[in-house]
Amino acid sequence: MNSLKRLSGFVWIALGAIVIYLLFNQAGKEIAEAAAGKRPLLDTQMFWYIIIPIFLPIIIGLLLFGWFAWKGEYDVIARDSEHLT
Amino acid sequence: MTNSSTTNEGMEPKGLMKVITASSVGTLIEWYDFYIYGAMAVIIAKQFFPQDNPTAAFLAALATFAAGFVVRPFGALVFGRIGDIIGRKYTFLLTLLLMGGSTFAIGLVPGYAKIGMWAPVLILLLRFVQGLALGGEYGGAATYVAEHSPKGRRGYFTSYIQTTATLGFFLSLGIILLTRRSVGIEAFNDWGWRIPFIVSIFLIAISVYIRLKMAESPLFAKIKKEGKISTNPLKESFAHKANLKMVLLALFAAVMGQGVVWYTGQFYAQTFMERTLSIEFEQVRYLLCFAILLATPFFLVFGAWSDKIGRKTIMLAGMFLAIVTYFPIYKTMYSLADPKAKTEIADRSSVSTAVTVNAAGDSTLTTTTVKAFTDGCSSKMVKKEVKLADKSKPAPKAETTKTFWLSSSGFWFMMFLVFIQIIYVTMVYGPIAAFLVELFPTRIRYTSMSLPYHIGNGIFGGLTPFIATRLFDASKTTENPGGDPYIGLWYPILIAGVCFVIGLLYLPSKNDEDVSD
Repeated sequence: MNSLKRLSGFVWIALGAIVIYLLFNQAGKEIAEAAAGKRPLLDTQMFWYIIIPIFLPIIIGLLLFGWFAWKGEYDVIARDSEHLT
Repeated sequence: MTNSSTTNEGMEPKGLMKVITASSVGTLIEWYDFYIYGAMAVIIAKQFFPQDNPTAAFLAALATFAAGFVVRPFGALVFGRIGDIIGRKYTFLLTLLLMGGSTFAIGLVPGYAKIGMWAPVLILLLRFVQGLALGGEYGGAATYVAEHSPKGRRGYFTSYIQTTATLGFFLSLGIILLTRRSVGIEAFNDWGWRIPFIVSIFLIAISVYIRLKMAESPLFAKIKKEGKISTNPLKESFAHKANLKMVLLALFAAVMGQGVVWYTGQFYAQTFMERTLSIEFEQVRYLLCFAILLATPFFLVFGAWSDKIGRKTIMLAGMFLAIVTYFPIYKTMYSLADPKAKTEIADRSSVSTAVTVNAAGDSTLTTTTVKAFTDGCSSKMVKKEVKLADKSKPAPKAETTKTFWLSSSGFWFMMFLVFIQIIYVTMVYGPIAAFLVELFPTRIRYTSMSLPYHIGNGIFGGLTPFIATRLFDASKTTENPGGDPYIGLWYPILIAGVCFVIGLLYLPSKNDEDVSD
């Protein structure tokens, strides 16, 4: 089970990287379309200017989670404060 | 004072019920305050954010986003820190006052017509305060009840706190419907919408009175006496790897999926019925009220059950059921209100037109099409086309509004489909407070559990109706102008799917009975 936990850590890192790529790619595409008059400019800009700063730190959190998992930090889940703080 | 009979094993049942009531009433009122803004967003937008002013429109969008998604996690950090340093009792008393004060003030702010741009600015600021207060409230209430609860029954007792969000939503729907019925639709849209905001001050006064009589959490009081209080809970929660990894685990293995299942069941279902299916305003609200009322006891059922079979099993089962049944549920919902799939009664259907001309000479042609169907459903479509007197100006786009009324059997079947979704909500949300409390130590519990909770619910969950609706709008093409009505479901399904796998792999199956550490 612990090897599966560790191996899937790589999956979460890859997933985080893919989501970052898709996020910026889609934002760039839509903002360019809005600038060209194919979409409502204000709505499109506002959507991405809000979505990116909100989701970017969370995705970084997912990368970190994957890294911890890969390093075996979740092999044993600590249940008492001595091991937590 | 209530903690005289408190030990690490929890309180006497009578005293504990007082603690639960005092905490739950306040939290319920905070949710009520938060939801009435959302439930009346369209009316508020017309009063404070005129759409022909781009700056005001920008502020409107910010007001909606800010409190719901961005500010809540900050509230969790600010009040979580205070709660871990000063104490649970005074912190969630403060959040209650802030929430009540800002809600009451929203009801008093003059409209854009009277004070211009100050109106949207003031609403935005008050909405910020609402979001901050909500961010601080939940963690405090959940921690407070959990720290009073006995071992082996923490899931059951904290599930009372879990009912408050749904009941707050129910209360907001109920008060809005009652006010609308009492003053009439026109007066409600003009000034009556202020009543649900103003009423909040009385609810808050009662809740503050109850909470003032409460004592500090026994576990917090104990560590305070022993001098073990954290001096910097933010640093301890997020800068120490051992605790940070638990915060990440809570977010990605539980709260992220719980958030999307919750917001899909209660809020996206509402958006889907109103925007995609065009079901009539009051029918949607009555239907939701029934579904919520019938499903709410299940928060307690699953909370109590999680004490016996484990939080993980129930939460992940709720996520799994949601993932595999959302598509069939929404397809059935669609079929209940799809005029194309129904047989029209020709002699009970009609088309009427009316033309009005304003002072400038612009004429408006209104075409009203009413249809009745053999299964008892009916629909009304109103199309307004404006022809300008000045032919050199481009004519505005025709406006079409559709309204669909479900038959009696359709209403109850639709209610059942929403009820099933809220059952999933009770499965994922009922045990989550106990789960989060058990994951973190007392000295940094308020801070540590509040942040993942509000990211999962405020951001992943809160964005569900918005992202799902945007996906639906984006699926409309010239070849398929109606769009794909189910495409929005991919967002909650994918998020819940990832969360389910992470939860299955990494979450411990056994509950942590000792939260006094």
